[in-house]
Amino acid sequence: MGWVKRLKDGIQTATRNKKEAPEGIWYKCERCRETSTTKELRENFYKCPKCNYHVRIGSHEYFDLLFDGNYDLLFEELRSTDVLQFTDLKPYPDRLKEAYKKNIVTDAITVAKGKVNRRSLLVAAMDFRFIGGSMGSVVGERIARAIEYGIANRIPLLIISRSGGARMMEAAYSLMQLPKTCGRLTQMARAKVPFFSLMTDPTTGGVTASFAMLGDINMAEPEALIGFAGPRVIKETIKRDLPEGFQTSEFLLEHGFVDTIVDRKDLRETLSDLLFLFEESKLAAIGKGEGSAEMEPAEEEFPGEEEG
Amino acid sequence: MVFLEFEKPLEVLYEQLEKLKEIGGDGEIDVTETIRNLENKIKNKRKEIYSNLTGWQKVQLSRHPERPYTLFYISQMCKKFIELHGDRCVRDDKAIVGGLASLDGQTVMIIGHQKGINTKMRQYRNFGMANPEGYRKALRLMKMAERFGIPVITLIDTPGAYPGLEAEERGQAEAIARNLFEMAQLRVPIICVIVGEGASGGAIGIGLGDRVYMLENTWYSVISPESCSSILWRSWDYKEQAAEALQLTADQMLGHGLIDGIIKEPVGGAHSYPEEMAKILKRHIKKALSEIMDMDPDVRIDVRIEKYAQMGAYNLAKEEPVKEKKKTEK
Repeated sequence: MGWVKRLKDGIQTATRNKKEAPEGIWYKCERCRETSTTKELRENFYKCPKCNYHVRIGSHEYFDLLFDGNYDLLFEELRSTDVLQFTDLKPYPDRLKEAYKKNIVTDAITVAKGKVNRRSLLVAAMDFRFIGGSMGSVVGERIARAIEYGIANRIPLLIISRSGGARMMEAAYSLMQLPKTCGRLTQMARAKVPFFSLMTDPTTGGVTASFAMLGDINMAEPEALIGFAGPRVIKETIKRDLPEGFQTSEFLLEHGFVDTIVDRKDLRETLSDLLFLFEESKLAAIGKGEGSAEMEPAEEEFPGEEEG
Repeated sequence: MVFLEFEKPLEVLYEQLEKLKEIGGDGEIDVTETIRNLENKIKNKRKEIYSNLTGWQKVQLSRHPERPYTLFYISQMCKKFIELHGDRCVRDDKAIVGGLASLDGQTVMIIGHQKGINTKMRQYRNFGMANPEGYRKALRLMKMAERFGIPVITLIDTPGAYPGLEAEERGQAEAIARNLFEMAQLRVPIICVIVGEGASGGAIGIGLGDRVYMLENTWYSVISPESCSSILWRSWDYKEQAAEALQLTADQMLGHGLIDGIIKEPVGGAHSYPEEMAKILKRHIKKALSEIMDMDPDVRIDVRIEKYAQMGAYNLAKEEPVKEKKKTEK
């Protein structure tokens, strides 16, 4: 006999009332298994306070971390549809309903416009909790519209990727989001509006093979899984174990595909710096050559030299 | 001759025909009439089988070991082909071939996946699965074509981009993404034809164009039916269902507006009449080229990008969503 008598048998909480981490009071780290409070976690930029593991957070957490204050959501009216009447073990509409029921996001990417250190930025952030962050028509369309919006209003764009790849339930429609988003990105490049890509854990498949790799600046969160094929598929193909650290952010940086790895606590500042450095007035000044604003103070710094 | 499972009734008829010819060869019995009847029967049977192919059967046809591949099509369609090798960085990828050729006097840059015709060659060609070098070679050739105003033709036939260790190290994803980015704004016409398997990123990596066609008995989708079955059904046994669900045939793809047209194959498939197939393909490519050759490059690029921008299916939510989101309390 135990010391405590259970009054009711079994778990009483219905599945739908279960809280998704990190919304409870405690957070148990997926990597180091240490426990901290969710308040500590949030104050530590959703990184494990013990081991710096970057927790897989959603679109809105990123908006909260990045923007100065309020932000506007864009293109929320776009919703996924079951264009192929796709049924595997479960009909696609059921999968969509389940994803909506979580009541977190309206698709695997959410677009928001706000300010980072007083400079405008569009952020399109993926959310893994919506069908594995998979890219279907809505993801492609929201990105395409975000690019159009960025071009029209001359606002830089940050896409935060966190995706297993294509949404198989939309088959070739999903595949066509690759040329669609890349085509739009060429227009953004021509318009000289900067595009920043941040790859987070995980970024694989069609997302990596399109916009995620095409940033003017490619950034990655530490230790994220980034690749084209998934590790399991590669292992089955080459029939041997994969080396340690294979397909991590650090691996990609060493092989030349990522510009910089950014700890989540520095993300806001890094973006703020990038927006400062890419600011159009500054770029225009460079174009003017000698008469640029940046050259003048340099001359004034040594006023006495000519006389001496 | 290699007969696929659904072609078994044909195999039986062909065996009968062989026997008949043997008997006729003796010269004792006149079998010409019977042979003619049997040949007609074969023709009708073939028509019957080929007009009712399922998605999975078309997938099998697209992989038929006797199906013509890129180098065959080039040899049939073009004169003065000079194959150009290498990405100028790492090596020459044998799974993608390309070079300059003359298509009835018009210089073209023709690039395509290449599979092997026997076991040894299949390995040499890595089963048509390209590494990043293959995509970068393709891009190098396309950029050169652009410089000289030479139109680009790509022939697609791949079970996928190679999922290997070195492929990842050298940036398979970046190579495909870069090709999409550059092909979207290439200043010369691009015509793409799926001539066999059109598997996902491996296919689209050389598959963005002004005109994209599929041969009749090919497939094009985001994943192969086998892999789809393994992931969504958690078993390899549902490939037929997966093939249906993915709607990957030329008819279905055209129905969804995701390709620009279908190129009919001779009854019995490209593998039965490869020379005939090459003639049909050449006719279609020339016609497509004539339609887009004289367009202003800027307009052609815009039309190309807008074509892909239209691809997607979505609903508009009925209720007005919350427009402004307050920063959550910390």
